[in-house]
Amino acid sequence: MLVSYNWLKNYVDLGNLTPEQLAAKITKSGIEVEGVEYVAENCKDVVVGYVETCEKHPNADKLNLCQVNVGDQKLQIICGAPNIAQGQKVAVAKPGAVLPGDFKIKKVKLRGIESNGMICSLKELGLEEKYIPTDIADGIFVFPEDATIGENVDELLNLNDAVLELDVLANRADALSMLGVAYEVGAILDQPVNLPDETVSFAEDDAVDNYISVEVEAADLNPYYGAFMIRDVEINPSPLWIRNYLMAAGIRPINNVVDITNYVLLEYGQPLHAFDYDKFSSEKVVVRRADDGETMVTLDDQERILSEKNLVITNGKEPVALAGVMGGANTEVTSETKNILLEVAYFNSSSVRGTVKQTGLRSESSTRFEKGIDPNRVKRAGIRACLLMEKYANGKVAAGAAEFDELDRSENTVEMDTDQINKRLGTEMTSEDIVSILKRLKFDYEQNDTSFSVQVPTRRGDITIFEDMLEEVARIYGYDNLPFTLPQGAAQAGALTVRQSLKRKVNNYIQGVGLMETLTYSLTNATDIKRLVSPEVLEKAVSPVALAMPMSEEHKYLRLSVLPEILRAIKYNSARNQTNLGYYEIGSVFISSEKQVSKQPDEQLRAAGALTGKWLEHPWQQEKKDVDFYLVKGIVEGLFDHLDLNVSFRQAKLADMHPGRCAVIEMNEQTVGFIGQLHPALEKEMDLKETYVFDINLEAVFAAYEDTPSYRQIPKYPSIARDIAFILDENIHSGDVGDLIQEIGAPLVNRVEIFDVYQGANLEEGKKSVAYSLLYQHPDKTLKDDEVEESYQEIIKAVNEKFNAYVRS
Amino acid sequence: MKEQLEAIQAEALERISQTEDMKELQDIKVAYLGKKGSLTGVLRGMGKLSKEERPVIGEVANKVRESITAALDEKNEKLELLQLEEQLEAEAIDVTLPGRPVKVGGPHLLSSIVQELEDLFIGMGYEVREGPEVETDFYNFEALNLPKNHPARDMQDTFYITNELLMRTHTSPVQARTMQEYKGEKPVKMICPGKVYRRDTDDATHSHQFTQIEGLYVDKNVRMSDLKGTLDTFAKKMFGADREIRLRPSFFPFTEPSVEMDISCKVCNGKGCSVCKGTGWIEILGGGMVHPKVLEMGGYDPEVYSGFAFGMGPERIAMLKYGVNDIRQFYTNDIRFLKQYHKA
Repeated sequence: MLVSYNWLKNYVDLGNLTPEQLAAKITKSGIEVEGVEYVAENCKDVVVGYVETCEKHPNADKLNLCQVNVGDQKLQIICGAPNIAQGQKVAVAKPGAVLPGDFKIKKVKLRGIESNGMICSLKELGLEEKYIPTDIADGIFVFPEDATIGENVDELLNLNDAVLELDVLANRADALSMLGVAYEVGAILDQPVNLPDETVSFAEDDAVDNYISVEVEAADLNPYYGAFMIRDVEINPSPLWIRNYLMAAGIRPINNVVDITNYVLLEYGQPLHAFDYDKFSSEKVVVRRADDGETMVTLDDQERILSEKNLVITNGKEPVALAGVMGGANTEVTSETKNILLEVAYFNSSSVRGTVKQTGLRSESSTRFEKGIDPNRVKRAGIRACLLMEKYANGKVAAGAAEFDELDRSENTVEMDTDQINKRLGTEMTSEDIVSILKRLKFDYEQNDTSFSVQVPTRRGDITIFEDMLEEVARIYGYDNLPFTLPQGAAQAGALTVRQSLKRKVNNYIQGVGLMETLTYSLTNATDIKRLVSPEVLEKAVSPVALAMPMSEEHKYLRLSVLPEILRAIKYNSARNQTNLGYYEIGSVFISSEKQVSKQPDEQLRAAGALTGKWLEHPWQQEKKDVDFYLVKGIVEGLFDHLDLNVSFRQAKLADMHPGRCAVIEMNEQTVGFIGQLHPALEKEMDLKETYVFDINLEAVFAAYEDTPSYRQIPKYPSIARDIAFILDENIHSGDVGDLIQEIGAPLVNRVEIFDVYQGANLEEGKKSVAYSLLYQHPDKTLKDDEVEESYQEIIKAVNEKFNAYVRS
Repeated sequence: MKEQLEAIQAEALERISQTEDMKELQDIKVAYLGKKGSLTGVLRGMGKLSKEERPVIGEVANKVRESITAALDEKNEKLELLQLEEQLEAEAIDVTLPGRPVKVGGPHLLSSIVQELEDLFIGMGYEVREGPEVETDFYNFEALNLPKNHPARDMQDTFYITNELLMRTHTSPVQARTMQEYKGEKPVKMICPGKVYRRDTDDATHSHQFTQIEGLYVDKNVRMSDLKGTLDTFAKKMFGADREIRLRPSFFPFTEPSVEMDISCKVCNGKGCSVCKGTGWIEILGGGMVHPKVLEMGGYDPEVYSGFAFGMGPERIAMLKYGVNDIRQFYTNDIRFLKQYHKA
């Protein structure tokens, strides 16, 4: 809502407040003023001048030579505007004047003849082009005849006005009108509100019934419809003050009749619509739901296909307006119009909202209907408009209004009590304080000691319960005046849950080993939804969860893997020469086990990461280490070790992964994620270097984690170390052999570690040597050599049998 | 003989004191104390002495040996020390060469801020609650006094999945769920951080995904002044003890009265500058007293209980506190951006 400071002054005394000071007060009281803009920069030395003569410039076809009386002197001015004529009163910038844009007016010679000033257009005076009436957009501005020669144009054209831009939230529909803002400012400044004149003189011998009757077939959507008749209007430009206020409020003036409907719309917050009665082609207004498929052409010359959801105004045969949204082209007011049928109506907000959503037509009118209008102001606005049309369009107003009226105009009553208010706000107000606040708000009330029964005016339809009144009282009292206190309730210990602490622990670990945390989008595209999905997720996700109405193909599905987005970030960085990266994210994937999603998907928290480029680089020592499978595996193993959980890795072939360098992670025989190198084809497609990834189901990790692990006895007895190297076929997994050693050696073998892997000279082709270090330990006694030896031999035998491996001598 | 011994002693001690060489010291030891050494030679002649002379000379000889041995040891120790010093000197390295780099990771700026806020409110007795990002229409809207067709639903354009499922537009549904879980039987004091989604086109100030932290306190006799005090505590901890707060009336369907909180602008100290658009104040968060319908739907009797709620955006806090000027930076994950703030 754009509020003209000068216009507002008509309703409430603003004292000496500057527009900025007023804006600050309004903001603090609850309606945020987003900015204060001046209509135009100060135009000093621009005055009203009378064009005494106007002749063609002897040396230029398109220029005119004018003699202009500016009161204290006569100026010879050359003017190029097409609409300049003798006898006009125009805006003259005298030599020395400065126009907006720091445009200094000087005496100049144009084609050999002196020009002592400039005759100005509204644009040159600083008005915004979009608000300037189209018929004078290209020419100079011509004042009405009664303008005083020599008078400064500042005030005449309202150039010194300031416009406050109010951000009106959904609850304060009342502030979408000058009167509403006046009540608000009146409450803030503790000032009375002056209401506009509503005394129309109806024609004594002519009644509205002679022209029109009203029928409403959808009272639920349209509880009030009033029609006024104004005859023999003269279509002209509106008076300057109406045009000035409309332009300040961001509405382009058109002609007196249209301008008056817009003026009253802004003044009362009540939309009105003027039909050309002679084009209405019936004597009956019928308001009804449109038929499915019915069409009409709106004022913007667009054909609209209607449905039963749209409320339309008809002449009994065809639609003439889309109720509350836009009029029809067939009944438009033009410069030829003589008789006006004026509509004032109360349209149900949800009906208008539906039509706006469907047609995309949002206007000053529809916005107000959507947010709700004041039922007690509907008819008054019609009367006000009749008055103005009588005055400024020389119309004759037929007596009365043709009406359909089932409108509920009752006021809400809210009960409240001073103690209750203080208890809720933490204040110590007296009942006298409350009285003074109610008076400032201009709300009627009945008081019984500390109890109040408040009659809320219908302009404030947002106030229905005690809490609403509580806010009114608090904001007029001033939020600044509320004390600072801390809650008095019993103290309770705040803490993270085990899960939350664990998440922090995982974050800290991963960051500690050198990875950078990223944050990426959960919504992804059709390609990435299928990519790098961990097998156990893929198994459960029957169909991806998709948005019903995505904004773009890029963000359409809820991700099933965090990795594609991390890879996107890596690609972004690689393209900017940042090629050594270790990224990870802890985030949810969304798994739906339904074919047609109807329930909330399972949101599974996962830790995923990707590493690429050099991990370690120490140039002067010639040390370089590229990221590789074992680095990623080490990080993942470290994580599980950190959480005291056992996992194993099993070679796997997964889509988008390097078939020979990929493993699934298993915990208690369940897959809980995977690690490996991206498939080189994918690396190529995404323009990535060798990239290794991991993806872990944190829900499984959290479920397996023991918050308070039970004490394990520190071994008291000495351990015995034995090393053993096997010659194995190269395709045998070293880990499998290790597992067997552990299994056979249990419970004496406490730990098995690989300390050497060798392939090459001295070994048969296709063979490798893997050396294991075994640690023997018994919890309750010192082991004897022969016990160890016995176990050692059993292990050799078992490995030999299962893997056809022999001990390297 | 005694004179002979004393001469040997004098000569040996002199030689020991003169030498600065380990090898020579060894030679000296052999020359006097070795099997063929001069002292050994003299002692061998002791057999020829008389019974009376023998103990006397023996004693002299022992003293001479002890004195030589002690001098040798002392010198040896001194020389060893010198040798070690020389050796260490030779081992000196160039300490100005760069060290072996250790990979350093770190948190995302938004995570740091969320964690800071979590810790701040945990310290004030709040618990941290989480909830699903895919919500039902009921918890996201209806339970928060936003029935279907409520005009305020336009305020937050929503990504719907089905008619009943949507991407949550705020973390408030976690509050509704918590109230229901606590069944109106005990106070609720919680914050809920998390990701939220809105139908916005991504640009410098909008993101279709962002983070939020909301807080809720429901108990008997909660006052609006408690909200003011709580927010003041938060603002001073987060933005500095010299910041002031200001509450302005606002509108949210789930609170009544509603507030918008500003803090005094740090750049101009409240005088007005381009950062605060001349007002001296910067908008930080929204909140208010929990709407009685929200309490009711959460199972709390509004006649008995009251409460306050507030919500803020870590992105906005980061932008204000660290001067980040484009919200997309948080989701682009440019390593140069992440590294700037990983210590934050």
